[in-house]
Amino acid sequence: MIELVSGNPVQAFVQQVVSGLASGAVYASLALSLVLIYRAMDVANFAQGEMAMFSTFIAYALITGFHLPYLIAFALTIAISFGGGVLIERVVIRPFEGSSVLTLVIVTLALFSIVNGTAGLIWGYVFKTFDSPFQFGAVHFQGLYIGYQDLGIIGVTLVVLALVFVFFRYTKLGLAMRAASLYPEASRLLGVRTGWMLAFGWGISAAVGAVSGMMIAPVVFLDPGFMQPVLLFAFVGAVLGGIESPLGAVVGGVLVGVLLALLGTYVPGGENLRIAMGLVVIVAVLLIKPAGLFGRSEVRRV
Amino acid sequence: MNARVAGFPIYTLVMAGVALIVFIGIPLTTNSFQTFQFANVAAFVIAIVGLNILTGYSGQISLGNGAFMAVGGYTTALLAAKWPLPFIGFVPYGYTIPLAGLVAALLGFLIGIPALRLRGIYLALATFALALAVTPVLNNYDGFTGGHAGVFMKSATPPFGLDLSNDQWLYFMCWAIAAILYVPAFLMLRSRTGRAWMAIRDSETAAVSSGISLAYYKTLAFGISAFYAGIAGSLFVINNAYVDPDSYSLALSLTLLIGLVIGGLANVWGPILGGLLVVWLPYFAEKSAGFRLGPISLGGKPDIEFGIVLILIVFFAPNGLTGLIGRGIRWYRSKRDAGRGAAPLPAPAVLEEATQGGEPSEIIG
Amino acid sequence: MALLELTEVHAGYGAIKALHGVSVSVEPGSIVAILGANGAGKTTTLRSISGMVKSAGRITFDGKEITNHKPEDIARRGIAHVPEGRGTLAQLTVWENLQMGAYVRRDRRRVKQDYDRVMEYFPWMGRRRDQVAALLSGGEQQMLAIGRALMMAPRLLLLDEPSLGLAPIVIREIFEIVGTISKEQDLTVLIVEQNANLALRAAQRAYVLEVGRVVLEGPAAELARHESVRKSYLGQ
Repeated sequence: MIELVSGNPVQAFVQQVVSGLASGAVYASLALSLVLIYRAMDVANFAQGEMAMFSTFIAYALITGFHLPYLIAFALTIAISFGGGVLIERVVIRPFEGSSVLTLVIVTLALFSIVNGTAGLIWGYVFKTFDSPFQFGAVHFQGLYIGYQDLGIIGVTLVVLALVFVFFRYTKLGLAMRAASLYPEASRLLGVRTGWMLAFGWGISAAVGAVSGMMIAPVVFLDPGFMQPVLLFAFVGAVLGGIESPLGAVVGGVLVGVLLALLGTYVPGGENLRIAMGLVVIVAVLLIKPAGLFGRSEVRRV
Repeated sequence: MNARVAGFPIYTLVMAGVALIVFIGIPLTTNSFQTFQFANVAAFVIAIVGLNILTGYSGQISLGNGAFMAVGGYTTALLAAKWPLPFIGFVPYGYTIPLAGLVAALLGFLIGIPALRLRGIYLALATFALALAVTPVLNNYDGFTGGHAGVFMKSATPPFGLDLSNDQWLYFMCWAIAAILYVPAFLMLRSRTGRAWMAIRDSETAAVSSGISLAYYKTLAFGISAFYAGIAGSLFVINNAYVDPDSYSLALSLTLLIGLVIGGLANVWGPILGGLLVVWLPYFAEKSAGFRLGPISLGGKPDIEFGIVLILIVFFAPNGLTGLIGRGIRWYRSKRDAGRGAAPLPAPAVLEEATQGGEPSEIIG
Repeated sequence: MALLELTEVHAGYGAIKALHGVSVSVEPGSIVAILGANGAGKTTTLRSISGMVKSAGRITFDGKEITNHKPEDIARRGIAHVPEGRGTLAQLTVWENLQMGAYVRRDRRRVKQDYDRVMEYFPWMGRRRDQVAALLSGGEQQMLAIGRALMMAPRLLLLDEPSLGLAPIVIREIFEIVGTISKEQDLTVLIVEQNANLALRAAQRAYVLEVGRVVLEGPAAELARHESVRKSYLGQ
């Protein structure tokens, strides 16, 4: 999806930034889904990428197996993912509410393993292609070459982020979910069923993650491991933006996308070093600004 | 029942005898593949002992100890089969083992320094990234590491004209090293150092206020943990006579953590059970039909079974299998003593500590 | 029939028992005060009513047993508990705090009426509805907590130390408003207070708790004249 049209170094640079925005948008939505769960229960969900992978396979099955039109498959996948997220919280996570960080990490890793294995069991480990919903081709603009694919990814991500924002900011349920995660005790006294709020949080998170999976799948190939690097970069984005801040997660994710695109272009062997760079960014951010770009530096817990 | 021989309770001696017979019997009675697998168990035991020090005792969550194994493994492979040193030539396998440990320990110290500032979930995230970074980095510097193709080595042969097959020799060597490394770990955990680690794990604030240096003990834990992982990585490579970057995927790091948790966090004997399970459980899962869920057979799907077993264990046996065994022994003893009408032994308290990760006392008292 | 009835309630946190058989009865439409020193079990009494702490004994609300029900179910039955520290949803705005009060209600028109009434009691809230609650003063937060409780259209209001940390003039204002609301809306109120003076003046009936037991009970006016109450709680 990267195509250099001229030798002009400034243009080449801008070109890379634009294509970085597209992958950044994917990291941003997965990072957002991580942050939604982190805010609700202080756990980094290591299975987030695998859940998104599974959702993408569902979309794949709906499109290739049931021959549904893309849009319907897309909507159905989001709905199924929401239900799956709720179910996972109720069945797997709920028994461990209030457990130590290590226990929760292990439970989400176990979930990682189960979801990954199940996808392999159903769909196998052979690479599959996931057709893009966007037209082939590109927009020419000031000597830049912006693929419909990239534009589509950015557009869909923006819509999803806007929906999530509106939901949490302007609906009663969204408000109750925010209240329940910030002030569980006080919320229960107001009649809020906090347990279900948590489950809905997992559902929404899974739905947002599903979008990130479906957006990146046409760019890479589909196999049970395809979301693992995305998960890492989403983590990097979330940490960069401040793991408690949804806005931070989005900005962080986009920044990571741009950074990696530039790295791939200007550093020899950069493709292989992308993950190592992610590690460097995580550690550097945590050392220099532990709360991230958008996090408040106050310590909430001891 | 309190009969003793040379100061040891008879019961302990009998158990030790049985263990020794089983230990020597395994390579003599199993086929070459099984012996090889049991040698790998020893390597995993060493790596899990190292992880136990870091995560179980000092409370720092590491999802990246596989990276230290990679460093150890590649140290051995490169020195012994790829890059002859000037004047010396290829380093004999045996000498590369401690070197592998030291190089890994050095990396462990270096990583332990930034890790000082990272707690809980953040450390887990950073080490997760570390685990994921290993394979692509090894691939990237393929001129040095051999890249995708990996490094092939000659298989190790028994020295001194010992009448053993290669696999038998590897089995004894790996377990001998595991036994040798168990001792300092055991002693360390019962010493000041071990108590300092546990104090840090239980409350950093309290540890600091009683004069424990966080910087020193936490980086020390990282270094030692990496040393054990490095040795394990080296043995693993020698066993397999081959190494490639894909051997060090995230799965390896997770396997170590899973082995630790299943065996029993902060329990001296946990790593042995953990090592046995992480080597043999996937094997049986793949071989057998596995358990069936309705029409779906999970045979050949160790991922799913691993995940389910893991969740069940953290739920039903949060102290791992050793914790479960400890509880079983306590239950048995209390029943036996009740039957005799004897006063309850003080032993349960000791067992309690062991399973709670307090003083690392023996499970089988 | 009493609206709320506690019979021989025991409760505690782990091994520490805070209540040793407390019996309290609250008549509909009245204001009842529970007095006592720090650690007497006042807060625990309220928490056992709203299900925030496990308890033994019998708690009935409107004739139905609610002992150890979930807090959210108890809230849905019409008990509004303004907890210690006011339960301010600090990162949410004034408007959102009030919205959360009406969370379980579906009757939009009545919610709107209740909202307008809250605005009458606390006109400043309308002007500052988009401000984050954390920026309010202590007194304003207490009023917000009461306003939010009113948005639940409760049948019983539990107030935990509304005077805590507030200036005397603000405390008086809050007690006045509570009295007015109770009268105008026929709302039953159970107040827990260390400030016995104001509580006894606002309440019709009062209980005195000491180390988890009721040591005195009676009409508020009578208790205010009681010698030991005057000595220990009114500083006279």
